[in-house]
Amino acid sequence: MELGPIWLTAKLAAVTTLVLLALGTPLAWWLAHTQTRVKPAIEALTALPLVLPPTVLGFYLLILLHPGSAIGSLWVQATGDSLTFSFSGLVIASVVYSLPFMVQPLQSAFAAVGRAPLEAAASLRASRLDAFATVAVPLSARGFLTASVLTFAHTVGEFGVVLMVGGNIPGETRVVSIAIYEHVETLQYADAHVLSAGLLAFSFVVLLVVYSLNRRFPVHAL
Amino acid sequence: MPSEVLELDLNTSLGAFDLEASLDLPLDGITAVFGPSGGGKTTLLRTIAGFEKASGRIALAGERWLDSPGRVDMPPHRRSVGCVFQDARLFGHLHVDGNLRYAARRACPGGATVDEVTAALDLGSLLSRPVSELSGGERQRVALARTLLTNARLLLLDEPLSALDTERKADILSYLENLSVPMLYVSHAVDEVALLAERTLVLADGRVRGFGATREILERLDIQSITGRFEAGTLVRARVVAHDPQYHLTTLDVGGQHIVMPMSTRLAAGDFARVRVRARDVALATARPQALSIRNVLSGTLIDLVTEEDSPFAEALVEVGDQHVRARITRASADDLALRVGQGVYALVKSATFEQ
Repeated sequence: MELGPIWLTAKLAAVTTLVLLALGTPLAWWLAHTQTRVKPAIEALTALPLVLPPTVLGFYLLILLHPGSAIGSLWVQATGDSLTFSFSGLVIASVVYSLPFMVQPLQSAFAAVGRAPLEAAASLRASRLDAFATVAVPLSARGFLTASVLTFAHTVGEFGVVLMVGGNIPGETRVVSIAIYEHVETLQYADAHVLSAGLLAFSFVVLLVVYSLNRRFPVHAL
Repeated sequence: MPSEVLELDLNTSLGAFDLEASLDLPLDGITAVFGPSGGGKTTLLRTIAGFEKASGRIALAGERWLDSPGRVDMPPHRRSVGCVFQDARLFGHLHVDGNLRYAARRACPGGATVDEVTAALDLGSLLSRPVSELSGGERQRVALARTLLTNARLLLLDEPLSALDTERKADILSYLENLSVPMLYVSHAVDEVALLAERTLVLADGRVRGFGATREILERLDIQSITGRFEAGTLVRARVVAHDPQYHLTTLDVGGQHIVMPMSTRLAAGDFARVRVRARDVALATARPQALSIRNVLSGTLIDLVTEEDSPFAEALVEVGDQHVRARITRASADDLALRVGQGVYALVKSATFEQ
């Protein structure tokens, strides 16, 4: 059993989930509360990774991040490392690719909480940040859990974007899905079976957890 | 000591709704905010609390909360105001205890403690309960307790007692009356307003239609057309003369004349009571009627008579000593009796209720 790709996949999914928690939460909050007319455009942009072929995303990310590009050359200057075909580049690609899986559940959770409890918190002298942390976040706990689990699982399952942006470098970009692809290409079906069955079981368990959580935590009546 | 005021000078559009209010509200006791639904009661409270974008001026005892020309718009959490919302708005992720402590932790110093408020509102048995298991009335009591804990300088109560049963309501009303915090109390129930508030603000279509002592407001005809004729009536100040245990009646002195009402043992002889007499429960006669089951016949002077062309009814105001009684009769009766302002009439009071 190869632990390298499994460990790398877990690390990529965990880092991506943490980064998206940090970036997706304010974006989802803003989308849930804004009344701006550009909201549909932002929502459409956020949802694009759901419908675009991963090759399209991968292609543009490659162009955006390669060492000759503005972002890519800055990164090389700062770290001495390339963004393409590296773990850092994979994180960026995964963040873009999994964005809707973080933002959409959070946005619906925040919208479901609504303004009423926040106004109640404000009338009890809680500042907006205080009310967010002590009222909105706990009331959206299920949304955070769903969003995190889906983001993690979706990142584990990505293939096309990883192949385009990261390639197949052991210990750096060779995640489980890429390893399976290579095993199949080289006709090592037994190894492909182990990893594939593992991913299948993992994905099922994750979805089972998400759906069970949706049943077990009743929506808090206010 | 000059009484402090809440200055309101609002002229603001909120979506399709316009709110216009310009008045100085004394910061003592309870001010009822009264009017038909959709009249702007809740909007006024939300604007004072800072939940609605508004233009104009709001200042509490000189502290500017909103001053559009001066670009002051204090965020809600910094305004020293406590809100009890119609829908309680307890935090579902906390138990009752947690909801109360949430408020206590952020309160202005010097207020009541959780234990004191818990005792006052009889919440001891609820403290460890999740809020989803509370009844509507229990929720409102917890919400009220939570708001009282903030020790705010002004309380805004939006129909806080609508979900409570009568007995519990009476308990909480008397508790509210004894608080020293000034309150704006929204209600659409005349009885509640009459019972609670010394001062009443009437709002309809986003405009102030009346503001003053509750008794005077409830007697005004133009306001009664807003608040609904069915509820029109007057509050009468009466002194208890004696109880008659045999017939279960209490005799009261109203403007020097006697009326009898179902006995109220809460009152002792000599006590003053507020008695509400609804206009539709009063008939008029130009001579003292005989052989009548109605025992309460007050002799007085007709001081106002308002008829409307497109209505079958006329509203008469009768002065009885230093008190007023309103009667709602048909326009046809008013013409048949040839009623004129200034003439002596007898007000036949079919029923009256104690307010306190």
